[in-house]
Amino acid sequence: MRVVVGQGSCGVATGARKTAAEFEKQIAAKGLDIPVQVTGCVGTCYLEPIVDVYDDSENLTRYVKVQPEKVEQIVEEHLAGGKPVADQTISDEDKQFVEKQQRVVLRNCGVINPEDIEDYLAVDGYKAIEKVLKEMKPEQVIEEIKISGLRGRGGAGFPTWFKWNAAKENRGDQKYLVCNADEGDPGAFMDRSVLEGDPHSLLEGMIIGGYAMGATEGVIYCRAEYPLAIKRLEIAMAQAREKGFLGKNIFDSGFDFDIRIKAGAGAFVCGEETALIASLEGERGMPRLKPPFPAQKGYWQKPTDINNVETLANVPWIIYNGGAAFADFGTEKSPGTKVFALAGKIKKGGLVEVPMGMTIREVIFGIGGGIKNDREFKAVQMGGPSGGCIPASLIDTPVTYEDINKTGAIVGSGGMIVMDEDTCMVDMARYFLNFTRDESCGKCNYCRIGTKRMLEILERITNGEGKDGDIELLEELANKIKDGSMCGLGQTAPNPVLTTIRYFRNEYEDHIYNKKCTAGSCKALIEYNITDACKGCTLCAKNCPVDAISGKVKEMHVIDHDKCIKCGKCMDHCKFNAIVKA
Amino acid sequence: MSEKACKCGCESARAAQFTELAPTLEQYAKVPGSLITILQKAQEIYGYLSVDAINYISECTGIKPAKIYGVATFYAQFRLQPIGKYLIMLCKGTACHVNGADMIEEAICEHLGIQDGETTEDGIFTLNNVACLGCCSLAPVMMVKSVDGDETYGNLTKDKVREVLDEIKARA
Repeated sequence: MRVVVGQGSCGVATGARKTAAEFEKQIAAKGLDIPVQVTGCVGTCYLEPIVDVYDDSENLTRYVKVQPEKVEQIVEEHLAGGKPVADQTISDEDKQFVEKQQRVVLRNCGVINPEDIEDYLAVDGYKAIEKVLKEMKPEQVIEEIKISGLRGRGGAGFPTWFKWNAAKENRGDQKYLVCNADEGDPGAFMDRSVLEGDPHSLLEGMIIGGYAMGATEGVIYCRAEYPLAIKRLEIAMAQAREKGFLGKNIFDSGFDFDIRIKAGAGAFVCGEETALIASLEGERGMPRLKPPFPAQKGYWQKPTDINNVETLANVPWIIYNGGAAFADFGTEKSPGTKVFALAGKIKKGGLVEVPMGMTIREVIFGIGGGIKNDREFKAVQMGGPSGGCIPASLIDTPVTYEDINKTGAIVGSGGMIVMDEDTCMVDMARYFLNFTRDESCGKCNYCRIGTKRMLEILERITNGEGKDGDIELLEELANKIKDGSMCGLGQTAPNPVLTTIRYFRNEYEDHIYNKKCTAGSCKALIEYNITDACKGCTLCAKNCPVDAISGKVKEMHVIDHDKCIKCGKCMDHCKFNAIVKA
Repeated sequence: MSEKACKCGCESARAAQFTELAPTLEQYAKVPGSLITILQKAQEIYGYLSVDAINYISECTGIKPAKIYGVATFYAQFRLQPIGKYLIMLCKGTACHVNGADMIEEAICEHLGIQDGETTEDGIFTLNNVACLGCCSLAPVMMVKSVDGDETYGNLTKDKVREVLDEIKARA
């Protein structure tokens, strides 16, 4: 029997370490000999901390939301008594969250111990690289990836085989394979989960890629905000080196490959290939003109291939199971599976890996359980700051690169932020513009100044000072920024604005002409009022910081709108739901 | 030039001031492309990048101070001012934004009397808004960094964040 506690960052954030420590303490107190092991994130973040108990025949009982105070009962009744604590285990409905998925990249996340290479070896780990080095030529590896149809999972969806082939074809005494683990897209966390939950699959993917293109050095450019990921990668690399999977003469094939980690320092633009290379060289992360492409002249002017974490983590599976097996999932033009990070106003937030081509409806309602508090679904934001908002009317759009592009959004790295009727779309556009304005490296005028001007207009609109012609001005600026920027950041920065104007123009108009925010989110455009549900308890008046509320005890109170600063304290304190915002 | 500066720098007062950084500089000062790594290490040791630290790194690496300053101000991670004992990293990612991160920021600012980027007078807290911590299903989220390690707090409400801050303050 063994106990496994999920300890990805989200698990740890909900207290998984304390839970694991409590298990160790209780098990020791009972004099039992049961190991407490660690695993990554299984993806059902909304149920953390998650504890798996495997009996001697490896049958699994999964406990959810296990706070330390619940541990004693589980140890006593299940570990010592042999009888699972039924009401603490995962419900059949929640089991569906994982069962409805098709896991390739996340196959080992939340299953194996990421800090123990033996666990990875037990699930056929490093078999793919063995096969590659013993049986395949580099071109055969690239051909297999071509058959799989794998496309870059970081954003642009560029065919992986093509990049590998370009790096292979370009001559150089030294070539590099760089893994982009600088997951800067706010709202996406699948790469973090792979790094924390299954680091060896990334390493194996990199070794295979290195062999295919003739690179001998790999670099993982990882966000400094992911300390746990860096720690687990370091452990994994040390173990792989010890086993001879990294270093000189791997599997006696004469092929040398080693990997090092470089911690990023926090710049969204470094997701762009040439900016990432500049950052690796210790410079400010500013994009360079292409061509030359990195495959021609990249890191230190040598041929360099850059792939994202999720892309590379697919590779061992593809090689081991064959490219055709991967292409069986998904659609003809968008083969395979893709991981999506479901967050926002969703009931069951977490990581979802599904075959491409599944509809947005199936992902959000079928797997994610629908909208929090059963509110109305309004839109889903895909592709982060480079993407766009897809409205409820397009909920049956299949999630493929082509279909999502048609809506004006992009698949991007796979963030799906779900929004309900309380989310103001103009404010969303303002939020993203604020982000890209902040993250613009400043090289291109249109991106540097244009995003700032667009942000000013959006701030004006959300502050209730929008003017006639603002929408048209936004559109004009947006198109100019797209045309006048050198890299992907500027070229896509206006997308959140353009898609919200396209699908929610009425909201913009409401803000500008009627001075109304229907979502009730833009402070300048809302008003607090007290309804006749008021019992005259005086709590609101006592908590109002500007004495804007008047009224006698047991009589209905009134808000003086000239004084009100719309802080919402009255609403927070009202026990009778008598205060409304409109 | 840099060679010379490094050799004599070892005896200077600056070298004595930055002894903890010596092993890092020894390893990386002459490795091209290592500036960010050196700056990260310096910040990890001293909490921020002082003018003295930048000048010292410049002496040892031969990279001009202006360039180091350029790199340090380009990346969000680097700070040029000292920070409090506890660094509050408030997530302003999309999921957190949708779930009311602005409200949480308001509560923190009001409770501690500081704005984003500022430190409390007693030197206990510094507030930094960050892009995304990657714990989106627990939004709104903040991470509190200190010498004791990192602690992440999820599903925040105005009340919960005030409680957490009070509890940390009592400990400090």
